[in-house]
Amino acid sequence: MDSSNVPEFTPKHGVPPRLRDYFTGASSFQRQLASVRKQTPFGQTPSRRKIPQCSPLQENIDPQKIAFLLHKQWTLYTLTPMYRFSYTNLKQYSTLLKCFLAAEKQKGLAVEMGEDFNFKVTFSTLSGMKGTHRDPAAFLIQIVSKSQQSSKNAEDKVVWTGWFCCVYGDSLLENVPDDFTCLPLFLANGAESNTALIGTWFQKTFDCRFTRLTISAFNLSWMAAMWTSCNMEHYGTATELLWSVPCSPQSLDISYAINPEDAKALWDGVHQTPEEITQEEVDLFIDCLCSHFHRHFKINLSATRLVCVSTSVASAHTDGKIKILCSKYLIGVLAFLTELAIFQIE
Amino acid sequence: MSTPEADLSLFIPIIQTNPLAWKMRQNASGFAPLNQKYGQNDKEEYNEGDALHRALEHIRTVKEKGAVEERHLQTVEDIAWKSGLAPEDIDTLLDVALSGPFDLPILLQYLIPTAFGLVQHPADGPTQWVPNPTADHCWATAEAVKTRMLKCLIPATLIPESAVVRAFSRLCASNCSNNTKVLFFRWLIAMFDFIDGKEEMNSLYGFFFSFLQEETMSCYICNFLYLLTKRENVKPFRVRKLLEFQSKVGMQPYLQALLSLYRSFCPDLITISLPPKRKFYFKTTDSIWQAAVCIVKERNQKSPLPSVKLTIGTAYSHPQKKKWNSGCVIPMPTSSHVSKEEQDEEGDSSSLEVMLSGQKSFPLEQLHTFSQLLDNIQDVELPSQMCSVLKSAPLLHYLNCIQDETVWLRLSYWMSQELKEGCTWCKVSNYTSEEEFRKFLDIIISAQCFLQEGFPSSEVFLYKSLPLWDGISCRTEYLQLLSWIPLGNFSEIKPLLCDSLTQLFFTSSIYHKCSVLYSLKQLLENWLLWHAMKVSMKSTLSISADTPMIALNSVSELIYYVGWLSTIALRLEKNSSFLLHFILDFFEMVSDMYLNYNLPLVVIFPRGVFYPALLTSDSIALNRLCYIMYRYRVNLTASKENALIYQERLKFNKTYQEFNEYVTALVDCLWTSTSFEKDHYLYIDPQILEKTKIREYKKSLNLINHPALLPYSINFLLQVKGWPNEKELSLSSIQKKKWNWYLDYLLLEELHGLHLFMESSLDIADSASSAHTHPAHKTPKTCMSEPV
Repeated sequence: MDSSNVPEFTPKHGVPPRLRDYFTGASSFQRQLASVRKQTPFGQTPSRRKIPQCSPLQENIDPQKIAFLLHKQWTLYTLTPMYRFSYTNLKQYSTLLKCFLAAEKQKGLAVEMGEDFNFKVTFSTLSGMKGTHRDPAAFLIQIVSKSQQSSKNAEDKVVWTGWFCCVYGDSLLENVPDDFTCLPLFLANGAESNTALIGTWFQKTFDCRFTRLTISAFNLSWMAAMWTSCNMEHYGTATELLWSVPCSPQSLDISYAINPEDAKALWDGVHQTPEEITQEEVDLFIDCLCSHFHRHFKINLSATRLVCVSTSVASAHTDGKIKILCSKYLIGVLAFLTELAIFQIE
Repeated sequence: MSTPEADLSLFIPIIQTNPLAWKMRQNASGFAPLNQKYGQNDKEEYNEGDALHRALEHIRTVKEKGAVEERHLQTVEDIAWKSGLAPEDIDTLLDVALSGPFDLPILLQYLIPTAFGLVQHPADGPTQWVPNPTADHCWATAEAVKTRMLKCLIPATLIPESAVVRAFSRLCASNCSNNTKVLFFRWLIAMFDFIDGKEEMNSLYGFFFSFLQEETMSCYICNFLYLLTKRENVKPFRVRKLLEFQSKVGMQPYLQALLSLYRSFCPDLITISLPPKRKFYFKTTDSIWQAAVCIVKERNQKSPLPSVKLTIGTAYSHPQKKKWNSGCVIPMPTSSHVSKEEQDEEGDSSSLEVMLSGQKSFPLEQLHTFSQLLDNIQDVELPSQMCSVLKSAPLLHYLNCIQDETVWLRLSYWMSQELKEGCTWCKVSNYTSEEEFRKFLDIIISAQCFLQEGFPSSEVFLYKSLPLWDGISCRTEYLQLLSWIPLGNFSEIKPLLCDSLTQLFFTSSIYHKCSVLYSLKQLLENWLLWHAMKVSMKSTLSISADTPMIALNSVSELIYYVGWLSTIALRLEKNSSFLLHFILDFFEMVSDMYLNYNLPLVVIFPRGVFYPALLTSDSIALNRLCYIMYRYRVNLTASKENALIYQERLKFNKTYQEFNEYVTALVDCLWTSTSFEKDHYLYIDPQILEKTKIREYKKSLNLINHPALLPYSINFLLQVKGWPNEKELSLSSIQKKKWNWYLDYLLLEELHGLHLFMESSLDIADSASSAHTHPAHKTPKTCMSEPV
């Protein structure tokens, strides 16, 4: 009998469907299974990627806001989809979060909603910070401590900043119901204690889960290649790679700095397919750098671990810290980070 | 029991009455004989109910006329502490205790001694004491009576709510001392669960709340309000009052508890974060009362009512020194902080509207038992963090009956992150220790057992982490996850599971092998149960026709896989009987699949399992083998009638052939001793056998000489040695009559499997006479190779 001919019906008071039924229908679970089937536990990545491009939507971003995000060190987190987050309630969230922070800071004393404190919390959207129109809007949270002076000139000081974004997150978005908002990448700058409090509040309020996003040496080498391939009008800093030699009592770091034009020339030599970067090209690029180093210093870098990459586009550390330097490729950098974040939460 | 001391004030007018009136009453009532009887006490059966009734009658009437006689109070006390008071008695006593002052002279006359604890049993009638009528003493005595009355309010069953309401209104109206008020509230707190309703009390919430102003009793009021408060009681003006109170008294634990309850009801009005270490927020409840209630309930042989106190301490405590987002921490269920209604509206006014609209929802913080869930199932809201359901049985029940995909998705997102973060051998992070991860897995497993199905995220986790697993960390727990893999297409599961599992299996210790086999058995059992359930549900739910076929294929493939594992494992472990038992465990379940689980499938175990079990030196294994063969026969016979199997009988021919081969081999070995002959499975060239120089090698595997049974036959001979005509021990002497005795002896030794097999599979057509002559005449009864 053909199963498609069987009329579908769900009895109203019947036995509830089994868990599995929810997940076989929703392709989320199927996809998870499929990803598992690739036989690469916790570590499969595509073998080819697009060269980072400017997104046309980026023009919508307020240049001031972009400037604010650049040249800061961000700690990276991943975030599972947020349940029942609504962009229309940002004002209310800021009140709730402010009181939560106040209550946490004076543990044991109750705080009335709407009370005034010597700091404020603001939520604001970063419109345009997205790859496609389907990506949910990014938003920014700031804790601003109010200045004690009464004079109006005294500037409020930003104590902590964090922002949530999703750039080209299609692979995640297509499987998530409307009740969820997918902003898998969270970047924080400021005291860790504040990050902890705000993260806790988000976890409690939107049933999501924060985890630190660390970048493996493998992905760092991808970053090195991708960022070297970017066309820059002028280079701000040298391309620098940091290799860590595991030895006791303390580890030894080898810094390898290259003139960015040389790096680009090397990359152009390695790179073949237009608009795309392949795994082979990345490997070759890094191998070339390593063999060059070996020729001069007789040190085999392939036996060590790549821990940090810094270029004129951005710099990234393996423990999940990033600094974005170039506004032109902001979206491109975020797209790759979003990809890593989505990979981690799946 | 300590109560906060309050100043005794004497502003209440005390009405003097004539002591004579009381004496007259006493004569009229004629209580003396009863009291004497009671004085003799205990040994004699006396009517407790009557005594109580009269005493209470006295107490009730005396309030208008005079005073309470000590012995009556004593009667009430004794009975209350022994068997508890009926609802109406509590009503009476409460009413008396809290209504106005008592008549002084009489009180003085009879109760001063008790007030000072001098007289226990005035069995000889009222003791004469010289009255000392100073005002202080009078007051103290009246207080003492009230106190004693309140203290003995121990319910036998329940406390009527109306009584509490009346008592409370008396308390408000009359000028009770602070001590009495405090005692009343302490009593209310201790007995809160025994009050038969809370609605009317709740309607007096404002009055209770106003008592907060009296600082001496504010901790008891907070505790009581904590028990009484519902969402609709939380109003902005009360929140403001509490905050004012907080600014006055500072961080008081009892106030913090009440505030946090307010927070859980209305997070949009107030917020508080509790210090992490505190466990108790209220003074310990009056344990003497609780003990008394327990004793009374026990004596009355009624199961004590579920006494559920809100334990705020455990609900909010977090493990210290944990990073905020470190893995394997499961929060307690808390109500959603941002409610649905707020989501749709904006601005501060909306929250007020929401609150005033009186939405009913039952806070999760108060949900502890299944019956609470049943009572409030319409109003239960989902927790703010879905993962918290793992720790709460009522919530798991609730999840099981609501149909909402997002619930499972929320749980799934969280769980896959948590498993990945916590997994100690994947080393994504180092936040969790193996011990913590083990506990975490335990919680997931118990939730899976509760729901009787595995979580998809734990299944995915299993597939992802298995290739990295060392086979040692969290072995018990990890393998339990394995047994909850949902019944799906085995060809899909196989590459994800079996490749890594097989490698680990062959390279690990025998104990690991046994635990893997055990979990595979559990997996098979779960699959069979699921299938049985699906089949029974088929009439109500539409299931695609290929579901049973997938189930059949998956189950048979799983069995083949385990058969293959077992065959190799037995060789690797040199036919260890320990391992063999785990394997036979598995196949015992397999042999009974058709009858026990209604699965139209019979899969025979592989030769690699059958022959090692046949040639074992372990009698229990041999016995189990016979039992399994017996069950196979029963199932195969029964399945002949099954239509599906009849259709597929060509496929089943192989099954019958295999079974017949085993039966023949078994009978050849144990009974006919023909197993080494030509065309038999165990055929060995006679010349080789000659070289072994074993005498009568043909018989070396029969019921008497089989290595597993040799101890039995020898023991049997030793037991029959004393019989006449027995001169020497000779195994060959077990023949004819003795052969039958030997078979009975084996049954006595609990080798039931052997016996059942023998009864079912041996053709005893030529019955008694020939069986006596020689065992070798028996022929195996094989199954027909084609179903009829």
